Amino acid sequence: MNPVNYLYLAALLFTIGATGVLIRRNAIVVFMCIELMLNACNLAFVTFSRMHGNLDGQVIAFFTMVVAAAEVVVGLAIIVSLFRSRHSASVDDASLMKL
Amino acid sequence: MENLIALLIAAPLLGAAVLLVGGRRLDAVGHWIGTLLAAASFVIAVVLFAGLLGRSGDDRTLIQHLFTWVPVESFQADVTFRLDQLSMTFVLLITGVGSLIHLYSVGYMEHDERRRRFFGYLNLFLAAMLLLVLADNYLLLYVGWEGVGLASYLLIGFWQHKPSAATAAKKAFLVNRVGDMGLSIAIMLMFTTFGTFAFGPVFGHVTDASQGKLTAIALMLLLAACGKSAQVPLQSWLGDAMEGPTPVSALIHAATMVTAGVYLVVRSGAIFNAAPDAQLVVTVVGAVTLLFGAIVGCAKDDIKKALAGSTMSQIGYMVLAAGLGPIGYVYAIMHLVTHGFFKAGLFLGAGSVMHGMNDEVDMRKFGGLRKYMPITYWTFGLGYLAIIGFPGLSGFFSKDKIIESAFAKGGTEGWILGAVTLIGAAVTAYYMTRVMLMTFFGEERWKHRATAGESVDGHAAPAEHAAHAEPHPHESPKTMTIPMIVLAFGSVFAGALFTWGSSFLHWLEPVTGHQEGDSPLSTWTITSATFVLMLIGVGAAYAQYGRRPVPAVAPRGSLVTRAARRDLLQDDFNHVVLVRGGEHLTRSLVYVDHTLVDGVVNGTAASVGGLSGRLRRLQNGYARSYAVSMFGGAALLVAATLLMRAV
Repeated sequence: MNPVNYLYLAALLFTIGATGVLIRRNAIVVFMCIELMLNACNLAFVTFSRMHGNLDGQVIAFFTMVVAAAEVVVGLAIIVSLFRSRHSASVDDASLMKL
Repeated sequence: MENLIALLIAAPLLGAAVLLVGGRRLDAVGHWIGTLLAAASFVIAVVLFAGLLGRSGDDRTLIQHLFTWVPVESFQADVTFRLDQLSMTFVLLITGVGSLIHLYSVGYMEHDERRRRFFGYLNLFLAAMLLLVLADNYLLLYVGWEGVGLASYLLIGFWQHKPSAATAAKKAFLVNRVGDMGLSIAIMLMFTTFGTFAFGPVFGHVTDASQGKLTAIALMLLLAACGKSAQVPLQSWLGDAMEGPTPVSALIHAATMVTAGVYLVVRSGAIFNAAPDAQLVVTVVGAVTLLFGAIVGCAKDDIKKALAGSTMSQIGYMVLAAGLGPIGYVYAIMHLVTHGFFKAGLFLGAGSVMHGMNDEVDMRKFGGLRKYMPITYWTFGLGYLAIIGFPGLSGFFSKDKIIESAFAKGGTEGWILGAVTLIGAAVTAYYMTRVMLMTFFGEERWKHRATAGESVDGHAAPAEHAAHAEPHPHESPKTMTIPMIVLAFGSVFAGALFTWGSSFLHWLEPVTGHQEGDSPLSTWTITSATFVLMLIGVGAAYAQYGRRPVPAVAPRGSLVTRAARRDLLQDDFNHVVLVRGGEHLTRSLVYVDHTLVDGVVNGTAASVGGLSGRLRRLQNGYARSYAVSMFGGAALLVAATLLMRAV
């Protein structure tokens, strides 16, 4: 199977993730869309690794997963405390940081 | 002998220091300390004079180097004194007449509780003027020049509790500052042109400088002279300076201050000789001032202001003569010395009259005083005859010489200047006769004053009447009359003594240089013309003020008279042109500052503020809009990268 197809899939996943970040209001969904984008990147890294025949991309995919795991811990904690204080998980409700 | 020169200045300077620092303890003797130190300076001057007379004509310059004042690379300012025939003449006049005025002030200021301070200032005045005439370079001269300005300010405003005196002092100081600016610019120009400002090197290298620079230096020196000598256009301070005590007026007008300008022009003769354009300006200034002062003198009812106008006019004669170049230098100084005698005498006489008349200065309230003040009458009268140029007296010799020199200038210029000096002589005779007649002759107008006051205001309180009581004219004390008598002798004999065998000419010639003019008219013609014009002036004044009674209240007068009473509108001119002009200039500058300069600054600030106000909207607090801008930015970067690779 032509590895370029995996790149198309990665691009598609990234686009879906980006679109979700931009248009969805629910913080959980936004968060999941970010994860989707990260995973799309991972897929692209692994594909390139396979195509070029070296392991750099696979190593970086592991780094990305570690960072994503740490990010999930912090991000979910923020979303939970946000929901507790406002009874809402909408990102548009948390808009106080402006002039 | 050189070592004595510094003592000339040191004596009055010591007096000023002792009297001003010594405090009230010296109140009882202060005036005598001041007078003695002034007299000591005169004695030293006479000793030096005798020493100079013992030498030959070309060897009469004494130099005393005290110390180097400012030693900076090529800028070398020394405290060095130069005593030559020109400075000697001034030193004798300053210390001699100055000492007499000190003596006079002992009596005149007797009832003033600040007499000690007055003598301190007088001594300071003498010291500054001596420094001015003895300096061997322009910078040191400038120190004396400023010192004279300071001392005159202190003395004119001596009665500072009177607002008019305080204002007059300020006016004199400020007008003088304008002239002082001229002198400082002249010194700077000299330094850039010649690399020095010492007399010897500057005069020696005059030929090296360009004509334009010499003219600029000479004109700046003339501006300085105009300030100190009260010449048009810086003449306005002199009349108001009469607010000072009368001895101060005598000192300013005869021995110090106003003579400084003439000294400066004659001393800088080498520069003026090389700048004929500037010389022409000098003669024009002199001629204009000569007529200006004379006209003002004709209209004033205040005896001191009439004499002030006369001083202005006489200094105009001197400046005119000094502008004629080597033909006139000697005669300018000769007239200065004789004028020093008779003008000091006239002012002291006026002071004596005021002393006996409860400080009244309005001549319309004098009259018939010759019976009550015989000594004042005689000394004033001799001064009067001297100033109008009565044959045989001082003014006759010195003024005639100036008139001859003016004609000898040659060409149309000579005729015009000669005519002006001749007219000036007639007007001088007129206004001086007027002063004489109104003060010493005619009915005793001061007598009717008290009764007239009563009839108008019959129930006035008696105490008030005592203050304005009818004056009891009386002769002044000896300390006042003796100086007047001595000065009267000078007024009578100085001229003849100077002209005898051309002694004054031979004395000054080595310093100032001299050349005989080629007058188109014979000496006899000029002398008789002057005499006839003088008689016409006297006759006109007699017809107006001698044969008819003088009205106690000044008549309205013609347009010219009224203008002359206001000093020919000099203050109005200054007010309209300088004060108003300055105000308008300031206002327009403020306007430009507010609109243009502030506009640029404020406009920049406002546009930055407006732009940031719009940019601020981008920060709306919505996480998603920030995300859009991030994606947009990333997309732009990617697009740019791709574009660059494609190229």
